[in-house]
Amino acid sequence: MSRVLLVLIIAAVGLAACGEREQVMEPQSEKRYQGKADTKPWDNEPLAQEFRGGTWTKGDQKSWDEQIKKRQLAQHEDKRIYQ
Amino acid sequence: MARMKFLCDAERCIECNGCVTACKQENEVPWGVNRRRVVTVNDGVVGAEKSISVACMHCSDAPCMAVCPVDCFYRTEDGVVLHDKDLCIGCGYCFYACPFGAPQFPQAGAFGLRGKMDKCTFCAGGPEADRSEAEFKKYGRNRLAEGKLPACAEMCSTKALLGGDGDVIADIYRERVTRRGKGSEVWGWGTAYGPGRPGAQPPAQQPAKGKS
Repeated sequence: MSRVLLVLIIAAVGLAACGEREQVMEPQSEKRYQGKADTKPWDNEPLAQEFRGGTWTKGDQKSWDEQIKKRQLAQHEDKRIYQ
Repeated sequence: MARMKFLCDAERCIECNGCVTACKQENEVPWGVNRRRVVTVNDGVVGAEKSISVACMHCSDAPCMAVCPVDCFYRTEDGVVLHDKDLCIGCGYCFYACPFGAPQFPQAGAFGLRGKMDKCTFCAGGPEADRSEAEFKKYGRNRLAEGKLPACAEMCSTKALLGGDGDVIADIYRERVTRRGKGSEVWGWGTAYGPGRPGAQPPAQQPAKGKS
């Protein structure tokens, strides 16, 4: 009886780490990130005018989005040249 | 919300490697590490040669993120895939998982020593204080925090490489393809993105103005 009990205890301890992670379609790895938190780009002051970083209001994502969109549309040479 | 992506127009890329140089210079990338590179197929075959600039594509479901044993990857609100070098152990799993060969490892030491992974950050730095020296040393410039786009895309002389919100740069590319009448077959536009948004009108054909 004690031998069976001993085998059961050893098996329970030995197999305790043999679990299986949940496998789902949506990416779970993003939720597992344990590193430092990053700051948002719009939480910075815009650069001085001579550095041509554009303007936005610190902390306002919408104004930063507008600034970065302006920058993206500058890649459209037809609009940039012929506007 | 923006989903930052790169798009390279193979009809326009002239393999000048300006994007590679811009990236190297802007982020002071160490010797032996190339965050961006230009791949050419059919090299030297007249009429069949195509080049494309490749770096991290900031996948929506990134395989590097899925395989990382220390979970050092995260995604910003703009869809940029970044990683924490303080957590990275340089195992190289992400290199094997990435279909674009984006993760790079500095090999400066003896016995094939492999350093911490380095890759394109979409010029968005990393998890250090924005625009700080620590961030620059580990990850390079944070141009997004300066209200700018990645240096490679902004420096591209032929505007082959576009960077920014996927919807915006896709519209730029679509208009370009419509105007020149070719190029969609290179990317398989219809296959990848469908015929367009429901109810959307195709862009009107405009004669090219100001041509000399």
